[in-house]
Amino acid sequence: MFPPAFAYSAPESLDEALATLTNEGESARVLAGGQSLIPMMKLRLASPAHLVDINNIPGLDYIDAANGYLRIGALVRHNDIVNSELVTAHNGAIASAAPWVADPLVRNRGTLCGSVAHCDPEGDWNSVMLAARAQVVAQSTSGERVIAIDDFVVDFFTNSLEPGEIVKEVRVPKYAGRGGGAYLKLERKIGDYATVAVATQLQLGEDGKISEAGIALTAVNNKNTRAIAAERALVGEEPSDEIFKEAAALAAQAAEPESNVRGTAEWKRNVVSVYTRRGLEASLAQARA
Amino acid sequence: MTTTSHPKTPPEIGGIGHSIRRHEDARFIQGAGNYVDDIELKGMLHMAILRSPVAHAKILSIDTSEAEAMDGVVAVVTGELMAQHNLAWMPTLSGDTQAVLATDKVRFQGQEVAAVIATDSYIARDAVSMIFVDYEELPVITDPRQAMAEGAVVIRDDKEDQTDNLVYDWESGDKDLTDRAFAEADKVVSIETHYPRSHPSPLETCGAVADVDPITGQVTVYMTSQAPHAHRTVFALVTGLPEQNIRIISPDIGGGFGNKVPVYPGYVIATAASLLIGKPVKWVESRTENLISTGFARDYHMKGELALNSEGRILGLRSEIWSDQGAFFSDAQPTKFKAGLFHIVTGSYDYPAAHVIAHGAYTNKAPGGVAYRCSFRVTEASYLIERLVQNAAYEIGMDPAEFRSLNFIKPEQFPYHSPTGFVYDSGDYEAAMRKALGIAKYEELREEQKAAREEGRLIGLGLASFTEVVGAGGSDEYDILGLKMFDSAELRIHPTGKAILKLGVRSQGQGHETTFAQIVAEELGIPVGDIKVVEGDTDNTPYGLGTYASRSTPVAGAATAVISRMLREKARKIAAHLMEASPDDLEWEPGKFSVAGSPDKFVTIQDVAFAAYTNMPPDTEYGLEGVHYYDPPNMTYPFGTYVVVVEVDPETGVWNVDRMVAVDDCGVRINPMIVEGQIQGGLTEGFAAAAMQWITFDEDGNCIGSNFMDYLVPTAWETPRFELDETVTPSPHHPIGAKGVGESATVGSPAAYVNAVIDALAHLGVRNIDMPLLPDRVWSAIQDAKKG
Repeated sequence: MFPPAFAYSAPESLDEALATLTNEGESARVLAGGQSLIPMMKLRLASPAHLVDINNIPGLDYIDAANGYLRIGALVRHNDIVNSELVTAHNGAIASAAPWVADPLVRNRGTLCGSVAHCDPEGDWNSVMLAARAQVVAQSTSGERVIAIDDFVVDFFTNSLEPGEIVKEVRVPKYAGRGGGAYLKLERKIGDYATVAVATQLQLGEDGKISEAGIALTAVNNKNTRAIAAERALVGEEPSDEIFKEAAALAAQAAEPESNVRGTAEWKRNVVSVYTRRGLEASLAQARA
Repeated sequence: MTTTSHPKTPPEIGGIGHSIRRHEDARFIQGAGNYVDDIELKGMLHMAILRSPVAHAKILSIDTSEAEAMDGVVAVVTGELMAQHNLAWMPTLSGDTQAVLATDKVRFQGQEVAAVIATDSYIARDAVSMIFVDYEELPVITDPRQAMAEGAVVIRDDKEDQTDNLVYDWESGDKDLTDRAFAEADKVVSIETHYPRSHPSPLETCGAVADVDPITGQVTVYMTSQAPHAHRTVFALVTGLPEQNIRIISPDIGGGFGNKVPVYPGYVIATAASLLIGKPVKWVESRTENLISTGFARDYHMKGELALNSEGRILGLRSEIWSDQGAFFSDAQPTKFKAGLFHIVTGSYDYPAAHVIAHGAYTNKAPGGVAYRCSFRVTEASYLIERLVQNAAYEIGMDPAEFRSLNFIKPEQFPYHSPTGFVYDSGDYEAAMRKALGIAKYEELREEQKAAREEGRLIGLGLASFTEVVGAGGSDEYDILGLKMFDSAELRIHPTGKAILKLGVRSQGQGHETTFAQIVAEELGIPVGDIKVVEGDTDNTPYGLGTYASRSTPVAGAATAVISRMLREKARKIAAHLMEASPDDLEWEPGKFSVAGSPDKFVTIQDVAFAAYTNMPPDTEYGLEGVHYYDPPNMTYPFGTYVVVVEVDPETGVWNVDRMVAVDDCGVRINPMIVEGQIQGGLTEGFAAAAMQWITFDEDGNCIGSNFMDYLVPTAWETPRFELDETVTPSPHHPIGAKGVGESATVGSPAAYVNAVIDALAHLGVRNIDMPLLPDRVWSAIQDAKKG
């Protein structure tokens, strides 16, 4: 690859990394897995003046389930999530999505936090995080703040980080009671971005009714998008084919896809509907299991 | 005749029929191959090319001053500079001309506009972005029929006699006879479909290292070439340099698939730059450059019609095609056949009448139309006839397998004279199809399909019973730029009995170093490990037309067998001398001559080789070597039947291949393992074409598909599992009965996959979906059929 010239540093502590980011300003970018940034540099779509490689910083590769959250640190690779029993035990949507992220080579290197920060509307993780009501833990030299995922995903390749901040952790609340989730992705081949994908998460109350519902869509809007009307239609209802169909139709209305080489808008909307219904069925089965 | 091949030589000799491991893999799997980009020469400079961002425009000005001022930039080359040396244009292998660097206009997005020569490749690329070009944009044509419409802007106004966008009109067959067949038909079945533009995309992109010695005038070019000898001749013609001073070295090649047949502007610019600067110049294109500017494949808009009688016999075929050639006609078709061998479109079936018309048009798209793992447009032809036959079966109300069976050319009809002038050498189509159907358990699958439909599931069975025509070709009909399409083999056996075989073809991964050694081992009994195969260096190999169109085994393989046999006859005389016997009294078995009736009295081929340099009969020339140029008497005609089973998701149009059964007949298999590898690769590429691959353009001529995120190459994950088998019908005219196999599966399989999806939807009335069969297209076809 032949990127434009850039400076490179590989700090061994988070403080040092944050200091460099602050000093270098907006021309600096964090390098974690590099699976989106490096290709963009190759194509000269991104030309950061300074890369801050965080891979030598200890203590950022944790997955844990303490204090009511499933927490994923900045250096956790997609493949660590594929192989994590903690993730499987605590969040069905994340566990379901992990094997569908990119291809095995990318999964070995790319990070969940990097992907969340990247805000590619065709990326998988932000839909999962929207459905699971995630929080992003951002850190800078002036401290730490927690950002709700809905506030974090701003637009096409745009997040709400301030200059000098990095994503230190992404976390999702554990299910309150019984819960399940799924991620259904239609892609042209392994390693392709989603043509259409749908993340779903359901939680059931003591009475068996749906207490919480999350549905979010990939690659059919200018950012990963929650299907809020569909979620609302489900909450408080007894799970049924009819209510899932209704939610599926509402989810399709939340999609504003473009016709392109991957398919027509009409068909993509149809896939949103079909995958929402199937995702809800899978989520329910998991919650009841 | 159908036989099964058993090796005649023991494993320690390793002749034909042994699945020995590939000799070349020892270096490849250890990362020790030597590709063009591995070549490092003293003082070598690096070149990068500026390409047009627009598809059609006048060049108003080019400002190179900022680029030239950059540290490390040695020179910036423009079309104007090339024109001063009469190198701004070059001839193509199809007899057209192509811009090396644009002088007047750019005619496709990605066309070469200027080049930077710098001390390293980063600087070269940085400097490319500092060249500023003023373009005045012109109307863009991206479709051949649009190109041929009244009033279309003339793309090739550089050519004096060109007043429209027509490249050629070409036809084959008998129009009157065909019209009569259609007049008599009870039923006519037609299809109109597009075989989309695809790209061979070898993993190694194209490149060159040009090294011109300013003192001696020796020009050495390391180049990604499938045809180094033909390319040397083109270089001599383009530059006017004496051919003996041009040496093309094609080192290890990381896949070609037809993409490395054309001569590319980058090769010529690098060579000119080295000539002007007096230092070696390396140029290696990026993935995007390879995809947007080098030889694409297909892009055929096809119409086909079959005339049928009420019993389901085919009476005749009509076909008309519009070929999108891009801005320059730069694919290498045999001179006589502008549309390649598309007229093999009559397929595996017996009928008297056919008429084929082909129109080639210039468009504002990258040039090419190369034979991507295909013998000159045979892929398009095979696709059209196999789609037509499947649809004809539906219209007649017959099972597609039975319809094929009824219409197949029968074994006793060979050699078969086709209505477009081919003489099929041999075949048993029924046997191959029955074998494939048996493996698939076709009857049971039809029952399952019926039951599944009752449950609302969509299962489809697709067949393709293809016939290929490969091994171009005899000097009476086949040439490229006048060079006849023979090929050559030079064999030298050294005193210790070890051999070197030098060939005019060039392996790009096919395993020549193993396969051709096996032919020598078969014919001379020299252990295969004692034979070195050398290719790709024009100073050190005999002249040949190169490797493409599955021609290496049919042509160079034949040359190898013939020269081996000629040396065996000389060896017989030497053996007779050594044993003081008459040559006629000697019996040959692999590796030794013995005296008839006394098997204990023998000499080995190694004894003979030693004698050839130490103890020759008085009337015989010393040495044991020779060269043979083989002019094939006919093409070879591999065939087979592929059966694909798919299931389509009716709600989304997503389809998956449940089974893929491939029975191939490529005649005698030299190395069955390598043959199977070739077939698996071809079936994968056929799947890619059917399922996901296309290079498309927006209305402004912007190429959509300029990297591997947009142009899809299947991985092991989506590639179906293949069930392979064979029949063996040896070619009657080839010295070892082999037919060539590199391309059969790419040629035959796309129709099988597509037919399977169509079959899943046939009861709804669906008869065509254009490739690639993306889920939205399948879903839309279902929706449209439901609407009626």
